[in-house]
Amino acid sequence: MSNTLWIGTRKGAFTLRSDMQRRSWRLAGPQFLGHIVHHVVQDPRDPRHLVMAAKTGHLGPTIYTSADRGRHWQEAKTPPAFRKAREGEAPRAVERNFWLSPAHASQPGLWYAGTAPAGLFRSEDHGQNWQPVSGFNDHAMFSKWASGQRTPDGELLHSISVDPRDARHLYLAISIGGIFESLDGGADWAPLNEGVAADWLPDPTTEYGHDPHCLIVHPQQPDRLYHQNHCGIYRLDRPSRRWQRIGDNMPKKIGDIGFPVVAHPREPDTLFVFPMDGSKVWPRTAIDGKPAVYRSRNGGRSWQRLDRGLPRKQAWFTVLRQAMCSDATSKLGLYFGTTHGEVWASSNGGDSWRCIARHLPEIYSVTHAS
Amino acid sequence: MKHVVRIPGPLRSYTQDAAQVQASGDTLVELLAALDRAHPGMRFRIIDEQDRIRPHIRIFVNTREMPTLATPLAAGDEVHLICALSGG
Repeated sequence: MSNTLWIGTRKGAFTLRSDMQRRSWRLAGPQFLGHIVHHVVQDPRDPRHLVMAAKTGHLGPTIYTSADRGRHWQEAKTPPAFRKAREGEAPRAVERNFWLSPAHASQPGLWYAGTAPAGLFRSEDHGQNWQPVSGFNDHAMFSKWASGQRTPDGELLHSISVDPRDARHLYLAISIGGIFESLDGGADWAPLNEGVAADWLPDPTTEYGHDPHCLIVHPQQPDRLYHQNHCGIYRLDRPSRRWQRIGDNMPKKIGDIGFPVVAHPREPDTLFVFPMDGSKVWPRTAIDGKPAVYRSRNGGRSWQRLDRGLPRKQAWFTVLRQAMCSDATSKLGLYFGTTHGEVWASSNGGDSWRCIARHLPEIYSVTHAS
Repeated sequence: MKHVVRIPGPLRSYTQDAAQVQASGDTLVELLAALDRAHPGMRFRIIDEQDRIRPHIRIFVNTREMPTLATPLAAGDEVHLICALSGG
């Protein structure tokens, strides 16, 4: 048994491998050198299978799949693509495949993909052929929910999450658009943004139009959701529909802006975030050039700064939404990749950190595979 | 009728590294369909699902750029698939 981290970067995919002790890591790659790799995800239902979201600067987006743990890859026969525009409709084309999520444990081979501009797609054959989820992409409210407000990397559909108790209960997030929920396997959807701030909008109580950066459903307590938003860190305990801004409990000089949020796989009250500077012109760097992870062990009521081993000053990277993850070992391993091409690891739940790779291209995603 | 098609570097993974292939068609639409049959997946990388040429791709017939696919081809026409600059 080994630990593998799949690193998606602006210039290709890399792996970091260690034994279970996690003392030393071996870097391999790149695979698909020159490709923009947003996400590489192993299938927890069948670890032989992986799916990779990729494109190059010139060419259109595609998907690569592997059936042998990433040794060999083949291109999808039918990558995600919107249906042909009907008369009078604005034509939509996938610019990038941004997010990949395996579906429910009872649905082997079924995957979901989120794209820019916002679109939801599914594959029933381990990622080889993709179809639009028309219940979302053609929803009567779609043009309101996904109005084309572009982040610097486009309008991103991400954080597709499946309730482990119910394959038909789905969540997703759009940046910018908000969080949406389906109770019928994706046939219909409704906004789920009550209590979430949208400071830049004229109507701060809007039903949708928010900017969630990352959403997670706790695997062992699926009624517990967390999300890191453009405007704060939030918790939701279902069946409530109203998010609580737990980021208000962060130190005021740090604030509660960032991209990723990661939950402890066995402790629903424990979560980790990587704050960034969201002041004035939004530098989106480590605050004051002093990077730190923040951990809460009580569902966000209080937070602890975790920076032992991290640079003490003049380190101006940040961590993107797919670039922070955990493993499942008893002494929890945590990992993040930076916009400056470094990978940092903790083997004690975030108490201390060490750099396990540097000089990589800008890192878009870090995922753990067994 | 058959045409010579010049293949840029980023697309040569579809042509077993060949810089030049041949494909049949009386129009660009037909030629691209033939290319995709011979080299599956290539068309979607350069033409989107709404049949538009992707932003960083240009298609030349001989020395003239073709902004759309509705272009008839004549005997002896050579088609150049060009990857335009897309940043660092």
